[in-house]
Amino acid sequence: MKTAQVIMDTGARAAALAVKSARVDVVPGYPITPQTSIMEAMAAMVENGEMHARFIPVEGEHSAMAAAVAASAAGARVFTATSANGLLYMHEVLHMASGGRLPVVMCNVNRGIFAPWTLWADHQDSFAQRDTGWIQYHCSSNQEVYNTILQAFRVAEQINIPVMVNFDGFAISHCLMPLTLPPQEDIDRFLPPHEPEWRLDPAQPSSFSNVTNASEYAPFRQMLSDDIMASIPLVKQAAQEYKDITGMWDGDTIDTYRLEDAEVVALAVNSMAAELRLSIDILRQQGIKAGLLRPRLVLPFPAEDIINALPQNAQVMVLDRNYNFGHPGGILASELKSVLFGRRNDITVKNRVMGIGGIDLTRTYMATEIRAMLDD
Amino acid sequence: MKVIARRPESLTEAKFHYCPGCTHGIIHRLIGECLDELNLRENAIGICPVGCAVLAYEYFNCDMLEAAHGRAPAIATAIKRLQPNNTVFTYQGDGDLASIGMGEIVHASLRGEKITVVFVNNAIYGMTGGQMAPTTLLGQVTTTSPYGRNKDFEGYPAKMAELLSQNEGSAYICRTAVNNPANVIKTKKAIKKALQIQQQGLGFTMVEILSTCPTNWGLSPLDALDWVEEKMIPYYPLGEFKVKED
Repeated sequence: MKTAQVIMDTGARAAALAVKSARVDVVPGYPITPQTSIMEAMAAMVENGEMHARFIPVEGEHSAMAAAVAASAAGARVFTATSANGLLYMHEVLHMASGGRLPVVMCNVNRGIFAPWTLWADHQDSFAQRDTGWIQYHCSSNQEVYNTILQAFRVAEQINIPVMVNFDGFAISHCLMPLTLPPQEDIDRFLPPHEPEWRLDPAQPSSFSNVTNASEYAPFRQMLSDDIMASIPLVKQAAQEYKDITGMWDGDTIDTYRLEDAEVVALAVNSMAAELRLSIDILRQQGIKAGLLRPRLVLPFPAEDIINALPQNAQVMVLDRNYNFGHPGGILASELKSVLFGRRNDITVKNRVMGIGGIDLTRTYMATEIRAMLDD
Repeated sequence: MKVIARRPESLTEAKFHYCPGCTHGIIHRLIGECLDELNLRENAIGICPVGCAVLAYEYFNCDMLEAAHGRAPAIATAIKRLQPNNTVFTYQGDGDLASIGMGEIVHASLRGEKITVVFVNNAIYGMTGGQMAPTTLLGQVTTTSPYGRNKDFEGYPAKMAELLSQNEGSAYICRTAVNNPANVIKTKKAIKKALQIQQQGLGFTMVEILSTCPTNWGLSPLDALDWVEEKMIPYYPLGEFKVKED
């Protein structure tokens, strides 16, 4: 029996290696910092024959997602990647993928959005796509990026909804970390070949994404809404079965750290949540019973799991790396308050926006901020 | 004492961030000299692209606006129409103009917008680190065409000057290079002519300039200049493709 291989590699390469091990058929791509390293790795893997896939270098992100949609409709397993303004440029076609019920998987390497320009990470790009009907994971390590892409294909293809796998630019995409690559036979066992029920096939003529009247349109939208909610058990099942096969676990819909007896709970996503574990240790040393709750799944927002995980009377400090324009603070805080309302009146929620445009979020900075929030 | 050479007033004192051997600096200077000589510094408004020249607003000593990727011609259109007495130019690379911005540039030309486009063609995406551009030559190795551009998968390089010269709205379309002193002088003349034709209100003007990218081509600066001569010019011939007479 083959054993897992452990290497040192970047988050971007981890993504590309996951796509290769998922036996993806088609990769349309367009360069944008900091995602470009994924596309470069994919192009090299395709051209040197490591991967039996088609790489399509298109002229912009709008076309990248259009090509992904078309390839998916043809029955292929499809992957693409983007960042920031590239993701915004795709926005229209993101709806075509979700409305068309096409299980495309895409990495978004989080980066602040223009204007003004920044190259560095925040989460405005992915959070601005909340209403596109995509399932969204947010990852906090290179290994989690690898594991999540494989889980994302499984969930996407089970429920015919596209999945976005988000992780921070540079802090994850360009940093080396140890990476465990399970044997290919284990991956194949976890992720069987894509066998879509419907595909563009001249032998069985059908048409996709037609014009509808309201009585036809509304049920489509309702089904999409219902099925996005129905993806939560599939996300859990994928995480559990991936663990059973590979032994690796990043959490399912949520990930927690020292949460059980916590009185102060930090809530955040992506790489800052990995650093927050160290902030939690600092706060514990200072006599504050702190814990971490990291939503790994951000859309659908895992309401029940969060409600069940929060200790009694906890103060939740939401650290948002985005703005919820029109409201004070960030989007995660609003999402959290909406699920707690009427369900957990014992919980107080405080919120700060930080790390915008890549401002460094160190363990000591975030521990200090959380202490200061206690007095807010 | 007679001054025989100095920094154009249309450039700031800022030091260029460009890589050693890159010819963006030469092209910036030529634009600066033309704006000075035509006395347009106080009148000019420039639009920066996304790409290596994203920081061009640091270098041009006139009003500058930063565009989203590929949208410089649309932004220049609005500025010129609202302020027709200003001289409006865009500065765009091949990824910006010929890829994601192909629609904008073609329609600005079709509409005959009275703007000047300085199009820097170095056959590669420079800022993102050497990916295949629409202008990448067949067989050219890039990070997204590691075994060379293959026409069967990646198609053919875009000849923008020839393409835009077909449009009625284009008043002046020229391709030059900056790989040797004679071509640098011809490039300056072309930029000046384009700005003058814009002032005459005859239509859309563009100077496509063959430029170098030693860093991403993997060549020394001198070898990169030879590469322009030996590889680029045979595919991208120099000269005026459209000159509309008033």
